[in-house]
Amino acid sequence: MAQTVCVIDYGSGNLRSVAKSLERVAAEADLGGRIVVSGQTKDVLAADHVVLPGVGAFGDCYAGLSAIDGMVEAITEVAINKARPFLGICVGMQLMAEIGLEHGRHTGFGWFEGQVEPIKPRDPALKVPHMGWNALELTGQGQGHPLFAGIKAGDHAYFVHSYHMALASDRDLLAQVHHGAALTAAIGRDTLVGVQFHPEKSQKTGLKLLHNFLEWQP
Amino acid sequence: MLKTRIIPCLDVKDGRVVKGVNFVDLVDAGDPVEQARFYDASGADELCFLDITASHEKRDTLFDVVARTAEMCFMPLTVGGGVRSAADVRKLLLAGADKIAINTAAVTNPELIAELAEKFGSQCITVAVDAKAVGPDRWEIFIHGGRTPTGIDAIQFAKQAASLGAGELLVTSMDRDGTRAGFDLSLTRSIADAVPVPIIASGGVGGLDHLVDGVIKGHASAVLAASIFHFGTHSVAEAKAHMARAGIAVREE
Repeated sequence: MAQTVCVIDYGSGNLRSVAKSLERVAAEADLGGRIVVSGQTKDVLAADHVVLPGVGAFGDCYAGLSAIDGMVEAITEVAINKARPFLGICVGMQLMAEIGLEHGRHTGFGWFEGQVEPIKPRDPALKVPHMGWNALELTGQGQGHPLFAGIKAGDHAYFVHSYHMALASDRDLLAQVHHGAALTAAIGRDTLVGVQFHPEKSQKTGLKLLHNFLEWQP
Repeated sequence: MLKTRIIPCLDVKDGRVVKGVNFVDLVDAGDPVEQARFYDASGADELCFLDITASHEKRDTLFDVVARTAEMCFMPLTVGGGVRSAADVRKLLLAGADKIAINTAAVTNPELIAELAEKFGSQCITVAVDAKAVGPDRWEIFIHGGRTPTGIDAIQFAKQAASLGAGELLVTSMDRDGTRAGFDLSLTRSIADAVPVPIIASGGVGGLDHLVDGVIKGHASAVLAASIFHFGTHSVAEAKAHMARAGIAVREE
């Protein structure tokens, strides 16, 4: 596995859960390596694998990252220029889009064409937030992606979100779920991956995905 | 599609599970972490800790319980009881809770809901609606663990909580709690149909049909139960199988 995994700490999210689940996965599979939770750009730049968690609102999360001097640049450097495996979780995935429309219009990293929009089911009996366990539908790309090795269509993952990423094209779509309409569940291109659900809260399926990410050497 | 959630709830006092159970294979049945692991392994969809510790000084034991649980259980954990401020919420989230249930503080100061939702996101703010019937299709909010009436209409409060940013409502019938007579379905449905956010039905579960009723007749997105699971009357797997037979989509894997 990666020698060092950096979980980016920018004052958002359930860092502890994400770090703990990565530690568990690394220990169980005897993968070795080190999980670092850090808000320092040097740790992000030095990491072999990078995880960006995020809960809360799109704009707040982006502002939180921007508040750390040089962090957005460091993330771009490590994920794009150095092409180190990068996993965004929940809002961490959403930030990879061009635009987020939660509480105003905010820019994201712009790595994936599309925008983050409110979930608006036509059926009023369908609740928002989309909260709970939903069955993953893997696309062709998803079925062949190392992140989903050993995970099959119909396996459940835990979601909790009111906004979702509407991709401009299905090219980078790895998985979706249905809640009235199709919602983006996972995206990927090159060394970038993102999941809308919480692998750290998705029991076996989630731990499997994190294991796959740690072992991923694209 | 989204599955109906089954949520075992543990009452925790001074860091120990009370009103519990005795699972034979637990080394220490009073340890919330052991019970959390048991439910994690048995397919619970989420877990809820309700802290009923009376003294403020002893409340810190809860943070330790939450932290130890989050290290062992990779499932969503809701924690409630005595949460009054953004500082309380932050501490619990940092310890590893995913959602925080607030009750008394949300009723006495509804603006707190908006403040917390803005600060931490609606997804982690669950407002506990403890209600008692005061007339035909009329319910009133009670606070302080159901001891103090407020005169506030439960449906109106539920709507207000959702519009202020609560991501979910935990609706408990104080009349049914502990009776094993089933949910107050009229209360559950009245609130579920009045708000856009998911609601968890709570209070009164005595058998598996009650869980089915909570979803089909009560329109709940999730059902919470304590004693039927704690006392080993039914397992989470049995509950799911029963609900599936009734046509409810549940996660069985």
